[in-house]
Amino acid sequence: MSAVEERLPIALRTEALEQLLVEKGLVDPAVMDKFISTYENDVGPLNGAKVVAKAWTDPEYRRRLIDDGTAAIAELGFKGPQGEHMVVLPNEDKVHNVVVCTLCSCYPWPVLGLPPSWYKDPAYRSRMVREPRAVLSEMGLDLADDVEIRVWDSSSEVRFLVLPQRPAGTESLSEEQLAELITRDAMVGVALVAAP
Amino acid sequence: MSVSVELDLDGPAAPPRSNGELVFAEPWESRTFGMAMALTDAGLLDWKDFRDALIARIKQWEADPPEGECWNYYRCWQLALEDSLVASGVVTETGLSDRSAELAARPVGYDHDHTATRKRR
Repeated sequence: MSAVEERLPIALRTEALEQLLVEKGLVDPAVMDKFISTYENDVGPLNGAKVVAKAWTDPEYRRRLIDDGTAAIAELGFKGPQGEHMVVLPNEDKVHNVVVCTLCSCYPWPVLGLPPSWYKDPAYRSRMVREPRAVLSEMGLDLADDVEIRVWDSSSEVRFLVLPQRPAGTESLSEEQLAELITRDAMVGVALVAAP
Repeated sequence: MSVSVELDLDGPAAPPRSNGELVFAEPWESRTFGMAMALTDAGLLDWKDFRDALIARIKQWEADPPEGECWNYYRCWQLALEDSLVASGVVTETGLSDRSAELAARPVGYDHDHTATRKRR
């Protein structure tokens, strides 16, 4: 492994190996994605879920979070690359926010982990801007016609986190119990949070 | 997908965890992780061999850390994966070198690289 190993960035070597294995039909990128998501659905999104649960139970924190997402998220210890400029988008009865990166796959790693493969998919990236209602519906989220959909493109330095609405019937749940209900998809804006 | 692979929870070959959960700092780390899992699941990678290779790579780094290079678990993971796959003949060293060189020759900005926001910490 000598010569290659010394010279080239490791990310390139990973990409090269994946390309070769895919071309030979030895690995399926979708299977890889599934393995990765199995592990990371416990990873990143849990951080974001803690942020959302705190915002649901602490009005003062919610205010700070909407006011300065980066600082309020850092209060909980979540910061790092791709989370330097966080903007939190609160969903309302008549406003639904959804996040996309039209040019690549910018994504708030510290709170959501790594992006799922559909987020990086060219079809999601281009269609979410043009026909968000149709794309959301295909992903299982049917919004009423009078709900305005706001699409946020993270192809800049800003990273967005959707603050979903707290579902009815969860008044008696603790912050920890609430965090368990909050999914990655709800924080990207392609799903709602359901009561248990 | 049948998750037949048992990751080490502790010891020298255990992946980095935060709150008991796996942590990937950059996308390529998850790709090399996912490749090893998918190959093992498909019977193309012997997990024990891979684990030995991983431990060897980690030891090698620790014994003689390359100057100016920060510790990265998944770098060892990727190198160990290459070691295992070359040893078992799944890929060749030449094939890997050639492809890596091809990818390195792509023009800057081919993938909308946010240089400003990707600075390492």
